[in-house]
Amino acid sequence: MREAACFLDEAPFLTVEGISCSFGPGCAYCADDEADLERNRCPRCGTIHALRRVSLDVYPGEIVGIVGESGSGKSTLMRCICFDQQPSAGSVATPLVDGGTRNLLSCSPEQKRAIRNTVFGMVYQNPWLGLRMDFSALSNIAEQMIAAGNRNVEGMLARGRSLLEQVNIPLSRAADTPREFSGGMQQRVQIAKALSNNPPILLLDEVTTGLDLSVQATVLDLISTLRRELDVSMVVVSHDLAVIRMLAQRSSVMLDGRVIEHGLTDQILEDPQHRYTQQLVHSLL
Amino acid sequence: MHPLYNFAFLDEGSKREIRRAILKGIAIPGYQVPFASRELPIGRGWGTGGLQITLALIGSDDVLKVIDQGHDGSVNAISIKKLIHATTGVAVTSDTSEATLIQSRHRIPEVQLAEEQLLVLQVPTPEPLRSIEPREQATRRLHAEADYTGAWLQLFEQIVRYGSAITGADHPVLVNGRYVMAPSPIPRFDNHKLHQAAQLTLLGAGREKKIYAVPPYTDVVSLDFEDYPFAAEDFEGIHCELCGASGVFFDELLDEDTGETVYRCNDTSFCAGRRGKRIGQESCQGRSHA
Repeated sequence: MREAACFLDEAPFLTVEGISCSFGPGCAYCADDEADLERNRCPRCGTIHALRRVSLDVYPGEIVGIVGESGSGKSTLMRCICFDQQPSAGSVATPLVDGGTRNLLSCSPEQKRAIRNTVFGMVYQNPWLGLRMDFSALSNIAEQMIAAGNRNVEGMLARGRSLLEQVNIPLSRAADTPREFSGGMQQRVQIAKALSNNPPILLLDEVTTGLDLSVQATVLDLISTLRRELDVSMVVVSHDLAVIRMLAQRSSVMLDGRVIEHGLTDQILEDPQHRYTQQLVHSLL
Repeated sequence: MHPLYNFAFLDEGSKREIRRAILKGIAIPGYQVPFASRELPIGRGWGTGGLQITLALIGSDDVLKVIDQGHDGSVNAISIKKLIHATTGVAVTSDTSEATLIQSRHRIPEVQLAEEQLLVLQVPTPEPLRSIEPREQATRRLHAEADYTGAWLQLFEQIVRYGSAITGADHPVLVNGRYVMAPSPIPRFDNHKLHQAAQLTLLGAGREKKIYAVPPYTDVVSLDFEDYPFAAEDFEGIHCELCGASGVFFDELLDEDTGETVYRCNDTSFCAGRRGKRIGQESCQGRSHA
């Protein structure tokens, strides 16, 4: 892969290192990262280890895929990266903040908010988490810009309209609320909102799940276009291998809160090494 | 004065607690201080926040004025005035300049207040971010982090839908460059009267159990956008049919005989004063328990 080779002499744009996230009291037994768990649950104290020392690099303009079954920790990882969830350990860094020397997770809430509004764009699996359903589509898109300090209404309206056009939502619906939109349109409004401040890193959590095939195709097309034209780096979470195959150059496979295999997407899909990945790839209908 | 009650109805312990909340509110302009709202002989939501502030601060030499939507003689204003008078025996007045303590619902008097005067506003909804965030825990965090995106977003949404901000009252303000505050539902017309005002303004919400304050000579700026600046209600070319005043806040009335729309000053004591009259005296003093 020519692309992979040229990444070697570049610095990662987003470095996620050793993220652990657990829910429960924890005990001496499961404090050890290598301890045997019942899937992701500690057999002694019942603590759920949603993520165990997960690491990830994203290079400029690259799309990294994360696959895995439900409950494997994909969404928790995304929530940890964009500060929705405070992990128990680990670090997130990007050269855009203090040249990459700063662990973003240790920033103050104000700094985190600023980073979230300018560096990251997050698209949730469930549009109800990412949108205000009773505010117009334009206001939803403007929210991110207002949060970043923009106080010019006409400028934000113009930006909102051009983003809606970019995601193929007719301007006649611009003042309608996402509540009145179809699932696919809600997802596209979310993408428009995430793009409002031109974030260099986009986090997409199961964006096409639950959409019908033609709408899926539109959204996937949109994502590829964004990467090509805006050179945005992305982390794409999906349980759908076809989506990952189409979008991602490199992928990680997650199981029970761990990354069990990572590498070039083609390689993983054609020649899976781990037992679970083999099962996953061969269970494709 | 009614002999069966403590001076100003509340027991001294309660007054002290309320005064402590007030002092904290003054020290942190615009910050909502929680307090233990007391039971009163009027229902919550009928001015109990303002009333508790008044009862905690009033002294026997104070002169009290109570207004309700600009009126000295409305039922709610009279009831509150009666209760305070009956338990303190203080003098009551409708003349704004004569009063030392003014409790008001939703208006700031037209006459400019002075340093010695105290303005107490009754507040129904003290949280300016409540309509975008229903959880108290979350709004407190937003205030702590000065994240006021939601307040601006509400104004933005109004512009998207209606072409301009349509806050009829309670237009959010930034106090002392730090806290965004609901100025109680005073009309936008009155917002500028809080900015660098001479008087101390105390705001109390009895049902929501919050007290907050705007100290004298504090910056109070109405939220707006660069290209959609804050604008007060426009009464250009309108005169009061009774006193002829202009440039004040007006009530719009329909003259049923002629079918014409007429305007009168909303601040009744201001209007009466211009016509050389006094109003609302007899209603309280006639029934004094003293």
